Amino acid sequence: MQKKASTSWLRLSAQVFSVILATATAALADARQPALSPTNIFAPDSTPAHSIFRLSMFGLEVEGAIFVVVFSLLAYAVVKFRQRKGDDDLEPPQVYGSSQMELAWTVLPVLIVVVLFLSTAQVIHRVQDAKRPADAIQVTVVAHQFWWEYRYDQYGFTTSNELHVPVSDPKHPTPTYLSLLSADVDHSFWVPRLAGKTDLIPNHPNSMWIDPQETGLFLGQCAQYCGTQHAKMLIRVYVQSREDFDRWIHEQQQPAVSNPAVAAGRALFQAKLCFICHTVRGTPAVGKVGPDLTHLMSRDTIGSGSVPNTPENLRKWIRDPGTFKPGSLMPPQNLTDDELNQIAAYLETLR
Amino acid sequence: MASESIPLTIHRNPLAVVYDWAATVDHKKIGIMYIVYALLFLVVMGIEAMLMRIQLAHANSTFLSPQAFNRLFTLHGTTGIFFVAMPILFGFGNYLVPLMIGARDMAFPRLNAFSFWMTALGGVLLYGSVFAGGPLSQGGSAPDVGWFAYAPLTSPAFSPGHSTDYWTLSLLVAGVGSIGAAVNFVATILSMRCKGMTLGRMPLFSWMNLVMGGLVLVTISPLTAAQIMLMVDRYVGGHFFDTDAGGSVVMWMHFFWIFGHPEVYVLIIPCFGFVSEIIPVFSRKAMFGYPAMVAATVSIGFVSLGVWAHHMFTVGMPSYGNAFFVLTTMVVAVPTGIKIFNWLATMWGGKIRFATPMLFCVAFLFQFLIGGLTGIMLATAPFDWQLGNSYFVVAHFHYIIVGGILFTIFAAFYYWYPKMTGRMLDETLGKWHFWLFVLGFHLTFDFMHIPGLLGMPRRVYTYEAGRGWETWNLISTIGAGVQAIAILIFVYNVVRSYFKGAAAGNDPWDAWTLEWATPSPPPHYNFAKVPSVQSRRPLWDIKHPEDPDWRYE
Repeated sequence: MQKKASTSWLRLSAQVFSVILATATAALADARQPALSPTNIFAPDSTPAHSIFRLSMFGLEVEGAIFVVVFSLLAYAVVKFRQRKGDDDLEPPQVYGSSQMELAWTVLPVLIVVVLFLSTAQVIHRVQDAKRPADAIQVTVVAHQFWWEYRYDQYGFTTSNELHVPVSDPKHPTPTYLSLLSADVDHSFWVPRLAGKTDLIPNHPNSMWIDPQETGLFLGQCAQYCGTQHAKMLIRVYVQSREDFDRWIHEQQQPAVSNPAVAAGRALFQAKLCFICHTVRGTPAVGKVGPDLTHLMSRDTIGSGSVPNTPENLRKWIRDPGTFKPGSLMPPQNLTDDELNQIAAYLETLR
Repeated sequence: MASESIPLTIHRNPLAVVYDWAATVDHKKIGIMYIVYALLFLVVMGIEAMLMRIQLAHANSTFLSPQAFNRLFTLHGTTGIFFVAMPILFGFGNYLVPLMIGARDMAFPRLNAFSFWMTALGGVLLYGSVFAGGPLSQGGSAPDVGWFAYAPLTSPAFSPGHSTDYWTLSLLVAGVGSIGAAVNFVATILSMRCKGMTLGRMPLFSWMNLVMGGLVLVTISPLTAAQIMLMVDRYVGGHFFDTDAGGSVVMWMHFFWIFGHPEVYVLIIPCFGFVSEIIPVFSRKAMFGYPAMVAATVSIGFVSLGVWAHHMFTVGMPSYGNAFFVLTTMVVAVPTGIKIFNWLATMWGGKIRFATPMLFCVAFLFQFLIGGLTGIMLATAPFDWQLGNSYFVVAHFHYIIVGGILFTIFAAFYYWYPKMTGRMLDETLGKWHFWLFVLGFHLTFDFMHIPGLLGMPRRVYTYEAGRGWETWNLISTIGAGVQAIAILIFVYNVVRSYFKGAAAGNDPWDAWTLEWATPSPPPHYNFAKVPSVQSRRPLWDIKHPEDPDWRYE
């Protein structure tokens, strides 16, 4: 009698759980889920992220089933085998073990492990050992405390903090391969909707690829603790149509705009030693410590994505980056209001 | 038959009492000192956690500076592992193992005391850093490199000053204490069991401490070696981890995790021991599958040495390297699952009494199951490429450490406090503690998985609004507050019951292992006459002479 009751309990729970899981999976996989979060790992938009998503769904079903079975047994035991009022004081029958049960609950988990392992190994291989097509876009990412340098060597320029890549058609994929380097400590590049994270480790080059299938802005951030401002080392990936991407490349390839109206500001940029850390291509400023500013005004944000690129924020940042990112490696600049305005006016011409 | 112990009131010179405890080599007193020490640091850890949770309750909060927050999570993790979990488990082990095996003390009583004091010194060193260097409100010179202190963040270039050195030295010192304790456990269990107690008849808690001791001996050395290399780099011109000079940052990771992963098994295995003692007594049944439990524990001990790089899936190991560690990590889940099934089978067909120790054990089973399953999710490396270093991982390991380890430690408290003090902890307060703690735990850590799934990395002092993380963080913070209340109730219970608790007698739970054959608390020599046993449950044999265990084992 006990056996029948427990079997129907189990079957019922299994059915209920399957319904719940199916609904949850559908909800999570709903393409509108980006509204839930722009960094939702269950809203993949690139092949590596899709592969991970499918594997994780399969895994969740297996793990969910295990949970349902074991939890049901626990819940049943806790209810059915309670000591009740009016129970006699005799001890229950002592059962010391059962070899058959031990065997059963060893063999079954081993089989589950085999299945999970094989499906996992397949995805690892598919993502990590993917053959790189000859026409892939190649960008070298150099992580710094606390900003991202993006070198488009095949196009001959460097930019910072906002990565642009072309959208990829699933039928004729045009992936972007990222070479991952670090200028200082360990970092990690994580844009959840596009791929799993890969670390950037000094003297240990890594590589990853993405092939985003929709245009738009994809967000992420550094995912390996790298110091004081780890939290604000944000990532912005702009996925553009081929035409928009090519246009952006062309714009970035140009040397800095040279507007005579801001000559005073440009001179101050040298005099106040900004050039020691920053590059403005086409001028004597070739510093590599901080972000490349050649096309600063083509970016939506400053401070590695942490603050919108507005005239007011730019001035606040230059005066003291600690206003937005205390612990940032750019020191506060000792400038009078006048000097600050002139330098900012110069930077605002760098489209 | 239970007998009352008559309270004796002897007024002693306070200095004499202090000296007695400071100079003691009695395993019971040392055990209690370990436990009290750990409880103090548990409260400190809780305060650190509460501060962090307040900061994270809202996006872009300015409650804490980034420097203060980064020191807090470093201290929280380091304290939790080395100055709460390890000492409290060494404490219970020290107190109980000799009693359970019918011995009068540990094999090396003076090494025992030395090990405790070294561990204690480590904690003092670590927290001394808070009062050194910079302003107290910013956390002084406390380390801020995370509890795993990855190179090259710890190099002089990126960690000027001495904050990292406090981390290194406090753990080096505590590591000496851990090794001493482990040597003692292994020697005691192997050579000081009473007559008739073969290895196959000793309590499972004793087995667990044996495996734990062996694991500590193997696993602390890589950490000590890495820390020595780090000191060489920082002070005498070494370049082990200096990538500009050909050193390797990944090597630190390997050394650290070869220590770090078995370390978490060091923590959980004695907790399996608590559960293996408590569930049978409160189910009124012998432990189901004793030999399988032993085999599973030993397997876990060995396999756990081969899984470490699942903490490094995102580091850029080749695909076959990643796949190997996926396999070993999944394999270690098999014996762990076997243990869950054996505990369930012990409860099955029993007459379960839900006193507070059993409540905590049942919650452990539920939570350890879930934590184990999220562990399997993380073991599938591609899933870890998304979830690694995110709040999903933080939720997973807190599920195991709080939901698993701390819950069983509370169970152990309610179960063995009567033996240690002669008084029962209050059951009503215990139930309040339990239910509030369950509520707070699940509020905090269930919902913490979600920001991880939505892309929130760990070790961030703040986060952007608009990522969908805020609500879940707020819920986690509220849960932390509830847990704090529960812990306060527990502390009150512990203190109040010491003075006003009901007299416990020798054997308040009607249990079956040797520690319940002594007065509560036991005299310093433990047993007037060293016992001799014929089965795994010597007191069952005495209480059931018509149906003794040795007829069936």
